[in-house]
Amino acid sequence: MTEAAQQITESDIGIEVNGETDQFLTFIMSTEEYGVDILRVQEIRGWDSVTPIPNCPPYIKGVINLRGTIVPIVDLRERFGLESVEYGPTTVVIVLKVIGEASERIMGIVVDAVSDVYNIKSEDMKPAPDFGSVVSIEFVSGLATIDEKMLIILDIDKMLNSNDINAIAQSKTE
Amino acid sequence: MSIDMSQFYQTFFDESFEGLESMESGLLGLDVGAADEETVNTIFRAAHSIKGGSATFGFTAVAEFTHVMETLLDEMRAGDRMVTEHAVDLLLTSVDVLREMLTAVQNEDDIDSERVTSVQKDLEMLLNGEESVTAETVSSVESVSEEASDHSSGWIVEFRPFDYLLKTGNDPVRLFRELSLLGEYSATVNTENLPLFEDFDPELSYLSWTIELLGDVAIDSINEIFEWVDDDCELKVTAMNAQAEVSVEEVESAVESTVSEVEEKAEDKAVVESNVQELKPEKTAEVKAAPSPAPAPEKRGAKKAATDQGSIRVGIDKVDALINMVGELVITQSMLSQLGENITPEKIEKMQDGLAQLERNTRELQESVMRIRMLPISFAFQRFPRMVRDLSQKLGKEIDLRLLGEQTELDKTVMEKIGDPLVHLVRNSIDHGIEMPDDREAAGKPRMGIVELNAFHQGGNIVIEIDDDGKGIDKEVIRNKAIEKGVIAETDVLSDEQIYDLIFAPGFSTAKEVSDVSGRGVGMDVVKRNIRELGGTIEIKSEKGKGSKITIRLPLTLAILDGQLIRVGGDTYIVPLVSIIESLQVRDEQVNGIAGQAELYKLRDDYVPIVRLHDVFTLKPDSEKLTDGLIVIVEGEGSQVGLFVDDLLGQQQVVIKSLETNFRPVEGVSGATILGDGTVALILDVVGLIKLSKQERIKAA
Repeated sequence: MTEAAQQITESDIGIEVNGETDQFLTFIMSTEEYGVDILRVQEIRGWDSVTPIPNCPPYIKGVINLRGTIVPIVDLRERFGLESVEYGPTTVVIVLKVIGEASERIMGIVVDAVSDVYNIKSEDMKPAPDFGSVVSIEFVSGLATIDEKMLIILDIDKMLNSNDINAIAQSKTE
Repeated sequence: MSIDMSQFYQTFFDESFEGLESMESGLLGLDVGAADEETVNTIFRAAHSIKGGSATFGFTAVAEFTHVMETLLDEMRAGDRMVTEHAVDLLLTSVDVLREMLTAVQNEDDIDSERVTSVQKDLEMLLNGEESVTAETVSSVESVSEEASDHSSGWIVEFRPFDYLLKTGNDPVRLFRELSLLGEYSATVNTENLPLFEDFDPELSYLSWTIELLGDVAIDSINEIFEWVDDDCELKVTAMNAQAEVSVEEVESAVESTVSEVEEKAEDKAVVESNVQELKPEKTAEVKAAPSPAPAPEKRGAKKAATDQGSIRVGIDKVDALINMVGELVITQSMLSQLGENITPEKIEKMQDGLAQLERNTRELQESVMRIRMLPISFAFQRFPRMVRDLSQKLGKEIDLRLLGEQTELDKTVMEKIGDPLVHLVRNSIDHGIEMPDDREAAGKPRMGIVELNAFHQGGNIVIEIDDDGKGIDKEVIRNKAIEKGVIAETDVLSDEQIYDLIFAPGFSTAKEVSDVSGRGVGMDVVKRNIRELGGTIEIKSEKGKGSKITIRLPLTLAILDGQLIRVGGDTYIVPLVSIIESLQVRDEQVNGIAGQAELYKLRDDYVPIVRLHDVFTLKPDSEKLTDGLIVIVEGEGSQVGLFVDDLLGQQQVVIKSLETNFRPVEGVSGATILGDGTVALILDVVGLIKLSKQERIKAA
């Protein structure tokens, strides 16, 4: 942890030097660690029961009541085609702000566990190679290395916006 | 100091359109010949504010046009001009033009300058008309200034604002900028009133100015600039080189006295008129030269979005009531949290009292928040007097329009959607219902037909009635027409209601001739559809020769709905109560299959298809056996289905939440709501559900 702390202080200096640093919230799925722009994170909450939506793909778990607004919940494991697991005590929902062409919406993603917050300089972000992974390359805005670990930075707008909705629309017409 | 004026545009437009509406209704209420002073004043004030506002925001074309209207109205107000039919007509047209101009400006389109110019010319012609007593007055106003400016090559404006000027939101800099557009200008500032630094109040204005304005400028244009600050300053406008000072008041009195002079000297008239001619082109030239502050293009998108949002003007009393209620809620909350700190048995009763109070507060708060969205229906009604006037002129019919219950309130969204259907229905009443005056007389009725619009609350609904004493609906004509169009067969026996219902069938028109008013056969079906979309109903009653009555029933608000909670397996859904006809237990012998696929339920004389909600929504029900559950007969767009569910839970009012805000529309679901325990329940869309079940069946087959 001290190492991580040191990492952050070093990055903090980085902010002063070139101001090109972004903060990312990371979470674990399977054994991989993913990151999302922390400014898009509205809140993190424990998994709670949802109201299922009829005739939706299985990765749309349903909708919840988030202080009066109806928020859809997407299971990221199922979205990425990973094996689904029982939801446990560490299973969390990250509520994100997704910016679309026309509007902003609030959506929740179910992940295994929340990990950490990192500062990453933009020059340390590597473009993702086409690694033929289950995660489509277009959802990944870059890769970063923290403590010898690879971090997959997700482009949540692409992931949860048009493409996702298209997928839903397709499944509907099928 | 620069303020982004565009942020106020929306308010200006809102207010201007409101002003136009009050001008219109005022004009319609004007009695030709004997105009009510108060009404004329109202119209004048509306025009005046639009002029002032548009000038402030730099919409010079609008300001220019309104100015001419204002001049005309001012004369009417002063009693110098008779209110003639022609003048009222012209003013009404001007209101239309003004509305078009404002809409164009709002949408950043080009103004139809041809139409504007022609109407403006008409107005000016009326103003300068030979027959009118006051033609000379106007001219003389111009002539005074013209005469004055003949003698002077400029003006000295002494502007001494009262110290609170800035607090009124006026900025001298703006005034000077306007002045500088008129001609060559130089200003001397007078700092003698400046206090010591420690006594200095940054919100007060201590300065006064003397401005020299060179050039051939009409005093009117100067006064116009200072019009807004008239009461907040000392203003003295003196002609340069002129011996006498001409202050604003003096000009006015001079005008009065010149009226008689001008009248006497008929030969002067020619001169005066030529002066006017000279003056006009100059003015417009100046206006054109003035740089119009075009908003930066990148702001366009943002502003458009803001326009779409719409705004609502809420009475201060409603807001006050709301604040009061929130106050009470806070008190109750703090009381409860105090009680909750350490609960002892004796406190339980108090706690219950507190909770009851909380419940009351919450309900009141909900009601008053709903009330904010409520507007009196007069917003929808106010366009009718104008419409009826135009229509009756066009059709040569005499119509007495009566509006009742104008203060009945309903939700803004409902109001916006009901406007067009209402227009359609009123047009129909006038076009098809009311007969020509001669025919009416022959039928022993007064020449003037009556169209009555009435709105009132009934239960949780608002009822709007459109009643006319015209010729009524001829059932035979409709029947024959329907047979001719193939809507019904010749052998069909229809009840009166069913016949009237035919009017709403698509493509149905009984008008012998298609007029441009109505009768194209598009419309009534749209009217019905719109009303249905709002969750309302429409029905017609008619008696041949006596008239027809159309009754529209609408829910008060779209935000709340009476719902029936149903259960399928572990899921709860809500069916809107309005679409439920009945719920019943199934007996096996009443269920018939068709080709092993569809199931039909024999409901008295009808066969109703059964829709298994768990099939349509792929859910796990308690039981697949029809006899274990219940059938809810629901109706949507004229067809009925029996919805098979596990259980009925209860009825409650639910607040409709949109699924689309954060998700997307879901077929068969019209929205969602939050139940008492905080969970989300989906509201079923009966029409969509029926469609979905049909698709399902086709897929299965």
